[in-house]
Amino acid sequence: MKKITGMMIYYYFVCHRKLWFFNNDLTMEHNSELVSIGKLIDETSYSREKKNILIEENINIDFIKDWKVIHEVKKSRKIEKASEWQLKYYLFLLKEKGIEIEKGILDYPLLRKREEVFLSDEDINKLKEVIKSIEEILGEKRPPQMTKKQICNKCAYYELCHI
Amino acid sequence: MGETFYIFKDGELRRKDNNIIIESLEGEKKNLKAEVAEEIYLFGEISMNTKLLNYLSQLKIILHVFNYYGFYSGSFYPRESNVSGYLLVNQVRKYDNSEERLRIAKEILKAASYNIYRNLRYYNGRGTDLANPMREIQSLTNRLDLCTSISELMGTEGNIRKTYYSSWNLIFKEELFDKRVKRPPDNMVNSLLSFTNSLIYTTVLSEIYKTQLNPTISFLHQPGAKRFSLCLDIAEIFKPLIGERMIFSLINKNQITEDDFDRDSNCLYLKDSAKRTILMEYDKRLKRTILHRDLGREVSYKYLIRLECYKLIKDIIGEKEYSGFKIWW
Repeated sequence: MKKITGMMIYYYFVCHRKLWFFNNDLTMEHNSELVSIGKLIDETSYSREKKNILIEENINIDFIKDWKVIHEVKKSRKIEKASEWQLKYYLFLLKEKGIEIEKGILDYPLLRKREEVFLSDEDINKLKEVIKSIEEILGEKRPPQMTKKQICNKCAYYELCHI
Repeated sequence: MGETFYIFKDGELRRKDNNIIIESLEGEKKNLKAEVAEEIYLFGEISMNTKLLNYLSQLKIILHVFNYYGFYSGSFYPRESNVSGYLLVNQVRKYDNSEERLRIAKEILKAASYNIYRNLRYYNGRGTDLANPMREIQSLTNRLDLCTSISELMGTEGNIRKTYYSSWNLIFKEELFDKRVKRPPDNMVNSLLSFTNSLIYTTVLSEIYKTQLNPTISFLHQPGAKRFSLCLDIAEIFKPLIGERMIFSLINKNQITEDDFDRDSNCLYLKDSAKRTILMEYDKRLKRTILHRDLGREVSYKYLIRLECYKLIKDIIGEKEYSGFKIWW
């Protein structure tokens, strides 16, 4: 079993199908303009920080301040819940390694906004459940059924799902 | 969608900083907008170096090369970056299962022959009597369903194409076309067909490249028959819509006549000006859009090819049975 990445947690909260496709390397992001914009934002913002800290191959933190606060950079707040859980997962993994992080911050450089994220005991339990659920989804032979959502319209997988 | 560049000039193609430029022999320079380029077609005599190829690979731009006679020579196909071992294994499994392979191959040909039928129906509605070939193609299409082997399918397809081609003189209202001859083509229509078919082949290759499908593993054609045979499979469906409709229109509007060929070459050699006319028309057709019924979105003819790849992917992963693209408007 592959290690659970931050991306997987994020996709779990966005769409189970996307998670399944992504895990089988059926990626579509390279066709998406929105994804290219996101990448550009990541590359061009916070250039003074030490960026993209890779921890054990499975999590890639956008940047860390003094090992106290971790940051995740996003383009918009449309899927904020998923972003929050992605960050909580980072906090959780670091905590397991004995690194106590104060909080996480979601940065929206285009919106000039930020959001603080904390990890509660309740969150830890929920994350453990989520991890189990992700493993189940990834073990499936077929992608999970589609459920039409508002966000489908802007998804890089829209055509693959709807054709 | 990225841009396609067609280059006829002789000269040099090279990387200049973070850009691709073409410098003609006369010293004229043109910027190819590397950021948005997706494909480059070379028809002239171009020199280049590995620095350029490395850059093209980095940007995932495909380079298609045509020789002096306008025949397709090959493509510089950058390192595969969309790979899925999972999909590959299942694509091979699909191919290897004779029932499944036959089902997909049948679906491809049913769609192709339906599109052929629609071309005839179009001209039939415009004052050319094509009732006989239409009927014949319909009955041959029905026969596809009964085929129990790939070779039988191929035989029936051959008959469909023969009937189709035999009706072309009625569409042209002139005796221009006798029968399909390849390698080398022996008259104007055959040359046009060879040229446009190779264009469609390259377009399909470019679209497959953007997916995780492996272009060598095909269902209708024999895999890896010296070419990316999955391109041949998918091209079959789009030749009537994109290529053949274009040929009918080019000839009927006198945009291409025998004067566009070098007569001494037995109509083998298409003049540069004619290639340009064809490519402009071809490009225009690829960009033409329709409202897609299932997607509820405007999609270009070129994108229809990609959607065909997606449908194959969905069949391969066992999510939804493939059904070939049929003209619906």
